Amino acid sequence: MSDTTTLRPGLTRKDFASDQEVRWCPGCGDYSVLAAVQLLLPELGVRPETQVFVSGIGCSSRFPYYLHTYGLHSIHGRAPAVATGVALARPDLDVWVVTGDGDGLSIGGNHLIHALRRNVNLTILLFNNQIYGLTKVQYSPTSELGKVTKSSPSGTVDHPFNPVSVALGAEASFVARTHDMDRRHMMEVIGRAHRHRGAAFVEIYQNCNVFNDGAFEDITAKDRRADMLIDLRHGEPVRFGADRSRGVRLNAFGEAEIVSVDEVGEDALVVHDERRADPSLAFALSRLASGPHEPTPIGVFRAVERPVYELALQAQIAAATERGPGDLQRLIESGHTWEVPGPDGDGEQRVG
Amino acid sequence: MTDTTAPSATAQTLDRVVLRFAGDSGDGMQLVGDRFTDVSALFGNDLATLPNYPAEIRAPAGTIAGVSSFQVQIADFDIATPGDAPNVLVAMNPAALRANIDDLMPGGTLIVNEDAFEERNLAKAGYASNPLTDGSLDGYRVHAVPMTTMTIEATKDSGAKPRDAERSKNFFALGLVCWMFSRPVQPLFDWIDERFGRSPIVRDANRAAFSAGYHFGETTELFETPYVVPPARLPPGRYRNVSGNLALAYGILAAAHHAKLAVCYASYPITPASDILHELSRHKALGVRTVQAEDEIAAISIAIGAAFAGALGVTATSGPGMDLKAEALGLAVSLELPLLVVDVQRGGPSTGLPTKTEQSDLLLALYGRHGEAPLPVVAARSPSHCFDVAFEAARIALRYRTPVVILSDGYLANGSEPWRFPRIADLPDISVPFATEPNHTDDDGTPRFWPYQRDPETLARPWAVPGTPGLAHRIGGLEKEDGSGNVNYEPANHERMTRLRAAKIAGIAADIPPAVVDDPDPPADLLIVGWGSTWGPIQAALGGLRADGRRVAHLHLTHLNPFPVNLGEILRRYRRILVPEMNLGQLSRLLRSEYLVDARGLSKVQGLPFRASEIAARALQMLES
Repeated sequence: MSDTTTLRPGLTRKDFASDQEVRWCPGCGDYSVLAAVQLLLPELGVRPETQVFVSGIGCSSRFPYYLHTYGLHSIHGRAPAVATGVALARPDLDVWVVTGDGDGLSIGGNHLIHALRRNVNLTILLFNNQIYGLTKVQYSPTSELGKVTKSSPSGTVDHPFNPVSVALGAEASFVARTHDMDRRHMMEVIGRAHRHRGAAFVEIYQNCNVFNDGAFEDITAKDRRADMLIDLRHGEPVRFGADRSRGVRLNAFGEAEIVSVDEVGEDALVVHDERRADPSLAFALSRLASGPHEPTPIGVFRAVERPVYELALQAQIAAATERGPGDLQRLIESGHTWEVPGPDGDGEQRVG
Repeated sequence: MTDTTAPSATAQTLDRVVLRFAGDSGDGMQLVGDRFTDVSALFGNDLATLPNYPAEIRAPAGTIAGVSSFQVQIADFDIATPGDAPNVLVAMNPAALRANIDDLMPGGTLIVNEDAFEERNLAKAGYASNPLTDGSLDGYRVHAVPMTTMTIEATKDSGAKPRDAERSKNFFALGLVCWMFSRPVQPLFDWIDERFGRSPIVRDANRAAFSAGYHFGETTELFETPYVVPPARLPPGRYRNVSGNLALAYGILAAAHHAKLAVCYASYPITPASDILHELSRHKALGVRTVQAEDEIAAISIAIGAAFAGALGVTATSGPGMDLKAEALGLAVSLELPLLVVDVQRGGPSTGLPTKTEQSDLLLALYGRHGEAPLPVVAARSPSHCFDVAFEAARIALRYRTPVVILSDGYLANGSEPWRFPRIADLPDISVPFATEPNHTDDDGTPRFWPYQRDPETLARPWAVPGTPGLAHRIGGLEKEDGSGNVNYEPANHERMTRLRAAKIAGIAADIPPAVVDDPDPPADLLIVGWGSTWGPIQAALGGLRADGRRVAHLHLTHLNPFPVNLGEILRRYRRILVPEMNLGQLSRLLRSEYLVDARGLSKVQGLPFRASEIAARALQMLES
């Protein structure tokens, strides 16, 4: 038995790194997400064998190979469904889904929204780089309108998804956004997602430095962040800017809009409430920015409690078992049965 | 027929009767067929059933497209099929008559609901004149009964409005037929009370209609001779009636019990497989976890995830769903995890004939994946055999860590037969141990867990479930290095892994029973080879052929991949080989290519099972060639 079997309080990043060589392109944003997760896992106080990382297909989906945990690199788009099966069989384990904008929102969009709708206890990390990288430069369902790629030489005519809006539309119980340039923010948001009971969805803006370099630079570059990232904090008025002079209020239609705090006063601003049962406020905030070129909210949009799918199913099983454990023999003998006697019988049959 | 005295006290004894109820799909024909079957099973008859209904829930009333029928053969001996031509046909309207009359045996008994034979219904069914009066039914014993009128009259006191009361006319027909065949009535009253107890008006109307039908048979001069089919002489034991889907669900439960695993069953509703989901979702007290997935792909993916986590992962579907599951099935082949995939076949391609049977997915099950992706395939031959096949599939899946496809079909799924059910405790243990220890040591002495280090005998890889300390590992759909399981693209490794996966499945042949040929006087002049639900019609044909002194053998395959080790040797003993299939020759093609024998196909793709006579005719033709 190897040494990982004993619970050592002082696990480190090394204990969660596999022996496999990491094969992403040098400079890829995926490295910083991997580092954040490898640093976070020891902080969460979990053991490697209790963590299961399930992925689909794409650059981000190689993630499980680089973690010393249980991992399943499945097929394109299906990770949320495979992970649902793992959670169903073993509700005691922590199940993660690592996916991308193509994997999670294009080929696997259906599984993603249904895992969120059911509220399966999963931590879903969606790496959004707004491009297909592994297949070499086709547009993705999050690519901005008009994007020129190999498959859209005249620019795309597809309207993109806003992943946070999609997750909120599916009534995910936890929805957040972070980006690969801020390790501390990533660790904080992913850590909260992991602690959430139910399906937790985290969109991670991730730079593909080879095929879509700088896609998020307008908002994530160090000198832009203060003015372009709106860090949502529960219970606080939504304000941002280097001098915190700008804020967000709701107009008469319930739409979020950016205002000058001096002009409207702080009392007019939205006070962020991630625990509102109704997702409308979170949805309004998610509509503030249509692309990563204008002030964009990050942090936790929504974190509410609702019944966890596999636990609700387990509760049904427990309730049924409490009424009396199942008896397979009795089950197959249920309904009408009859006896056919042996040769020493009188040849007649008795109706049972 | 002018004699109005009570019916003869002496019932006519028959050794078998084929009865078909036919009506509009809203007339409740499946329900009365089920009830008649149940009460006949109770009476001790051997029986076999054939439900046949339209894909539309309510096709336009009164049309041929909307006709639903239920055929049952009851006999006092061991029978294998629901019979070829009915002796008795109950037709609730002109469309039902028109759609079924050609099947009724000459001189057979025809009971019709006279009230339904009015101009509009006759026109909808395409009759230019009323067949009840134009002499076209002269070759049959026709009993025209005003069932609607009599049902409304009989249910007057139940409180049902005439429009609702009219809907009980199927129970009138059932009562009439129960009297004809001397069925015990109390179980039917008990069933009506239980089923409709919550709606006293409906319960009372159905009771009244049933009694009215029964008494009508008893008192009217129309039925001078009640039929009696005495109980069958089946092998001793305790029996119940079971449909294929129910037996399959029970087989999965029994397998999980003896594998000591929880069932995780995920599926997407599809005809004719949904009843398995319905059944399993009722058994939470047995720890069964069921998911109605968002689609067919999710269903198999959930089952794969559950298998990775140490459960018995199962999914079921029909043809269109099998197409959708193909990629995930390939993943399961690559992951080498135990998994059961049930395909309840129906007529294809595409949506095809959703409610009709076919055997056209054999090659799909064997080869319908990209890459070299072999997996075991087993097929059930009768409704109760679905239980055994589910158990056997689980045994293979667990021991060899492989997905297994179970082939059933619409005829088996919905058909039923008496089942001498087993004592669950007598079934074998099929559990396999989970890995608990590292199985490899690095050169420097470090213990490792290698997920693709194979058992030298079975070539199965270890099953280490998440949560097990020290065995954390990653697997996926990318090619893996032999042994370590690390991602590996080397040419020689891929060829080695491809051959190892193939050898593992081929090796299962040594672990399945050899084929047994039913040949009382070997070698017969003709060998009939079948698989799946053709078993019943082949057995029935065999009975007739042998009674005529023909020397015919029968071999029926349960394992379709790998084949039993002795199959080639058996085939080569026979000069003539006939392979009846409800497809255009899928097994015959396999046998020809695998064993270089002259296997001749007999195909039928009408959405209906073979008739014994069709197989017998072809057999005779071959014997005389």
